[in-house]
Amino acid sequence: MDDILYKEYILELHRNPLHKKVVPNAQMEAKEVNTSCGDEISVQIYSNTQGVIEDIGHQGQGCAISQAAVSLLTDFCLGKSVREVVNITDEEMVTMLGIHISYARKNCALLGLKALQHAITNTTI
Amino acid sequence: MKHIKQQFSIFSTNPDLVYIDNAATALVPDTVVKAIATYYTEYPANIHRGLYDISTKATRAYESSRKKVADFIGAKSDEIIFTSGTTFGCNMIAQSLKSRLTSVDNIVITRYEHHANLLPWQKIAQEIGCELRIIDIIKDGEDAYTLDMQSAQSCIDSNTKVVSIAYVSHVLGTITPVNDIIALAKTVGAISIVDAAQAVSHMPINVKDLDCDFLVFSGHKMYGPTGIGVVYGKKERLSSIEPYLLGGGMVKEVTDVSGIWKEAPEKFEAGTPPIASVIGLASAIDFIRGIGWENLQTHEKEITMYAHEKLKEVVDIIGPIDLEKRIGVFSFTILGIHPHDIAEVVNRDMVAIRAGHHCAIPLMTYLGVPGAARVSFAAYNTKEDIDILIGAIKKVKVLFTVK
Repeated sequence: MDDILYKEYILELHRNPLHKKVVPNAQMEAKEVNTSCGDEISVQIYSNTQGVIEDIGHQGQGCAISQAAVSLLTDFCLGKSVREVVNITDEEMVTMLGIHISYARKNCALLGLKALQHAITNTTI
Repeated sequence: MKHIKQQFSIFSTNPDLVYIDNAATALVPDTVVKAIATYYTEYPANIHRGLYDISTKATRAYESSRKKVADFIGAKSDEIIFTSGTTFGCNMIAQSLKSRLTSVDNIVITRYEHHANLLPWQKIAQEIGCELRIIDIIKDGEDAYTLDMQSAQSCIDSNTKVVSIAYVSHVLGTITPVNDIIALAKTVGAISIVDAAQAVSHMPINVKDLDCDFLVFSGHKMYGPTGIGVVYGKKERLSSIEPYLLGGGMVKEVTDVSGIWKEAPEKFEAGTPPIASVIGLASAIDFIRGIGWENLQTHEKEITMYAHEKLKEVVDIIGPIDLEKRIGVFSFTILGIHPHDIAEVVNRDMVAIRAGHHCAIPLMTYLGVPGAARVSFAAYNTKEDIDILIGAIKKVKVLFTVK
């Protein structure tokens, strides 16, 4: 039976995260730290002149929740414009993850999103 | 020792709870709750200057608690200062000693330190422009994770003014050879400070035998309430340092332009102290004394041995192998499974453990692990608790399919 939190796709994304790589020539990047556990995720973005994300990657270490979330997030962002993805809300991120997230694990689920948003807002768009 | 659980209502309301996060905070026995409630229901007055009965009663209870704390660690009453906890104690001592330091001096701590005994010194070292030296731990071999005495000898030199060390590592469970380090500090005339937060509920402490200048601990890690801590300071040290907090209750005379401080301990207790928590702390000491150090230590040793034996079969323990050199605090990792995921899944079996960097980021970096899960035992833990923990860990490994 599928676990309520650690669903098979979450575990699969933990074992084999999507887009876990260095992005060559990235114009945007930021690192975010989860202060409660020390996990770090950095996100790198390469966008074309129209602001469309042509390449995206993440690096760092994290729990199954944060790794699955950043995998799904980066996959979602690919091919979309930076202006569109910078406004993804916390709720939308949790919905994208598709599992019920407890208060204690909210930072895990949102770590990648914070890194993505900082990568974009730190750069003039 | 199974009857110990009966003294904690939390185990009647949560009979399946396996609480093994005692290094974070210990549970509170009903007697302590009752002592606090009695203060609030029978004599909830402020201490000292009240000339009415319930204030006198509160003052007596407060000061007799101070005496109880003093006796508990072999000190005198006027050497005991009540604070809000170990973190406050470390900051208070660091700030009080700051004016004595110059840029040629150095401050020595160990690799074990909790952020509470690291950051205050780090900041002072930056401000003064002096060196902060860290005594290393042995990395490999039989003595791995114990303090490197060679490193201690090279860190502590004629320019060392302060040596501030953890008695027990809250991450590794290692017992620091505090006597040897204090002796080294003395040979160079440095002030010695012991962070006893993780030791105070596990072993008898005598400050006169240790001969340290200061010793700090918290009430909530020794079956007492949160928000109460203790700074022990040698009488001569306390008279020679300036108070960290100024305000009501700590002055003899005040004019428009200056004040004359009272003697210790009042000098260091400006403002209304946490009276109920002080009374609760005294009651926690009664709880420990009621069990008796011999019984408590025999029990904890047995639990530690059993936990070590069982845990090493299912996880990778980060900490000393020699059980004589450690207490029942075990940090561990499981390859391929994040500590938060371990803690989340064992919680489903009502097993309460901690996961993360444990407020010791430099130590974790040194050990090369981003985080770890940690279990830590207390008087009420049983072998059955450990069996449930092991069963829960096995479920984590099944879920994450680690063979």
